[in-house]
Amino acid sequence: MEQIARAAISILFDGVAYGMLLFIMSVGLSITMGLMGFVNLAHGAFAMAGGYILVGLMAGPGVPFVAALVLAAVIVAVLSIPFERYLYRRLYQADELDHVLLSIGLAFMATAAITFIHGPSTVSVTVPDYLNGQIDLGFGLFPAYRSFTIAVGALLILGLWYGFEGTIIGAKIRAAVDNRRMAESIGINVDRLFVIAFALGSGLAALGGGLAIEIIGMEPTFALTYLVFFLIVVAVGGLGSIRGAFVAALLLGLIDTAGKYLWPDGGAFFIYAVTVAILLIKPLGLFGRA
Amino acid sequence: MKFRNILIGFVAVSALAMGGASAAKVKIGVVLPYSGGAAQFGEQIDRGMNLFIKLHKAAFGGHEIELIKRDSKRPGGDIAKNAVQELITREKVDLLTGFVFSPNAMASAPLITQGKVPMVIMNAGTAWIPKLSPYIVRVSFTMWHAGYPMGGYAMNKLGCKTAVIGYTNYPPGKDSRNAFTTGFEKAGGKVLEAIPMGGPRQVPDFTPFFQRVKNAKPDCFYIFVPAGNHAVAVVKTYANLGMKTAGIRLIGPGDITQDTKLQSMPKEAEGMITVHHYSADYKTPVNIAFVKAWKTAYGADTTPDFMGVAGYDGMAAIAHAITVQNGAVTAEGTMKALKGWSYDSPRGKITIDPETRDIIQDSNVHKVVYKDGRMMIEVIDTIPQVKDPCKAHAIGKCK
Repeated sequence: MEQIARAAISILFDGVAYGMLLFIMSVGLSITMGLMGFVNLAHGAFAMAGGYILVGLMAGPGVPFVAALVLAAVIVAVLSIPFERYLYRRLYQADELDHVLLSIGLAFMATAAITFIHGPSTVSVTVPDYLNGQIDLGFGLFPAYRSFTIAVGALLILGLWYGFEGTIIGAKIRAAVDNRRMAESIGINVDRLFVIAFALGSGLAALGGGLAIEIIGMEPTFALTYLVFFLIVVAVGGLGSIRGAFVAALLLGLIDTAGKYLWPDGGAFFIYAVTVAILLIKPLGLFGRA
Repeated sequence: MKFRNILIGFVAVSALAMGGASAAKVKIGVVLPYSGGAAQFGEQIDRGMNLFIKLHKAAFGGHEIELIKRDSKRPGGDIAKNAVQELITREKVDLLTGFVFSPNAMASAPLITQGKVPMVIMNAGTAWIPKLSPYIVRVSFTMWHAGYPMGGYAMNKLGCKTAVIGYTNYPPGKDSRNAFTTGFEKAGGKVLEAIPMGGPRQVPDFTPFFQRVKNAKPDCFYIFVPAGNHAVAVVKTYANLGMKTAGIRLIGPGDITQDTKLQSMPKEAEGMITVHHYSADYKTPVNIAFVKAWKTAYGADTTPDFMGVAGYDGMAAIAHAITVQNGAVTAEGTMKALKGWSYDSPRGKITIDPETRDIIQDSNVHKVVYKDGRMMIEVIDTIPQVKDPCKAHAIGKCK
């Protein structure tokens, strides 16, 4: 009995931590795809940029981990604005194949650029001591870093929920997602919303990329290897739905962890099986709207 | 400047004239991962090869070599096989070398038998690979050089009565699992479980696997992963789950304490015991000189590891084969030259076993210690001149 309880707690905790990480990295993609209808396959490249900038900030000027995490997200958010202005913008009216070609091209270029600058090896970060090892959460010992990831994810979901539900900008974004033409005709500057949403999405991706280094590592191919998971989260959750992305990420994190724990031989099989099953039943995703 | 170039040219020509032999050009196909996540391995071996060429020009007997490099990218075997086919049929190479991942060497084996081109393996450690073609020679190691002695050592010296094995699910992982299981059970230990932990291409999140092991509470946790980033993730996960304080010992082949990755590991790495044939921290004069030359060539913050040394020794083997045949290399001649070849390597004495064409070398027990502000390897025991136990005992596919 004790064995089963311990296994359940392990799976629950690690699954939630992994799910939170997936959520932070993919929620931006869900927003941009839902709002702008732009298939941005370079989303992982922004996450990767966040990771490498974090490493650079810590190694160069010696910025502490948590500050570097935030700073990297802000830097990537700002840097992503010219991309939206001068590259993505030109293709808003084009069809999805063009989106895919442009953004996957950017992802390849990012991989090549990072390999050129940093070399092909994985980079790692030294997290501060209080994030190493285990911490006592009152009901048992848990890995500190994963507890931190869960806390960051929880804060973000609260922040995003408030931002979208409780502020004017959030209301405008929701309006633009629901009916862009109507939103424009009542005077909402959708163009500017796009910039904000894109920068926010990229910044969140960067934050996720920074957090991911310690858990899944960071290398120049990151942009493409993890793209699959981002797309799964967005597809299962439903385009443009933050709640959908959150539920989908948690679900996938839990299923993946449980699968590996209970049946290691099955490998990564579960996550795909569940994705297929959900999409067969709900082609638009859990919270998607036609 | 011009004058100096002419002078160098003159010296080279006169040196050849004195040697009396005409210089031949030997074409060597190099198949390594030069891009993707495994490019760090390709870089290590490439640097090892180049260092040998730079330091020992004379070893090639005045003959010229041309390295034709091809990128094998991933462990799947397909890209490497295409590259080997192209190198044999179009480039008409005299020799093939490189091969980090076992599946790449395995997939290429039928081609080198057909094309009669010898292959000098610089890493790929699945024990039965040389069985696949009479033209394979291996200068690196087999999974059994580490896994088999580790089994006995874990039981007899570390006092582990039970063990769980975690391995990356591809041929060398299974081979390492079998090697440890055989050694450990022979010594009277009990393997509770063997857990496959994802494939070699991508570093998985090891946490769910390790949680399972932690809850199973073995005395020892034996791990094989394909070095590199996998290794760092293994030790980090081990540390973060508090497995060390839970009394579970992390052991394995030296892939999990690779020199190039040691400094990125958490302090829990201290005290880890692995069995391996090389570390940059070996205190032999040959190795000290080797590491010094490496740092001069590639920078003070770089270090060779077991792959770099295999690249270096592999090139020494190739130089030997070229010199013995006086530049006119044939497949049979090369194989004859390499069988029984012995060399004073930075890792110690190595010999190619004429029967199995596999390497004979010391297996050392490594302990990770923290000294002078950095993690380093201390040799605490040595099993001298180990002949691949898998073939020696004719186990499974090694029959």
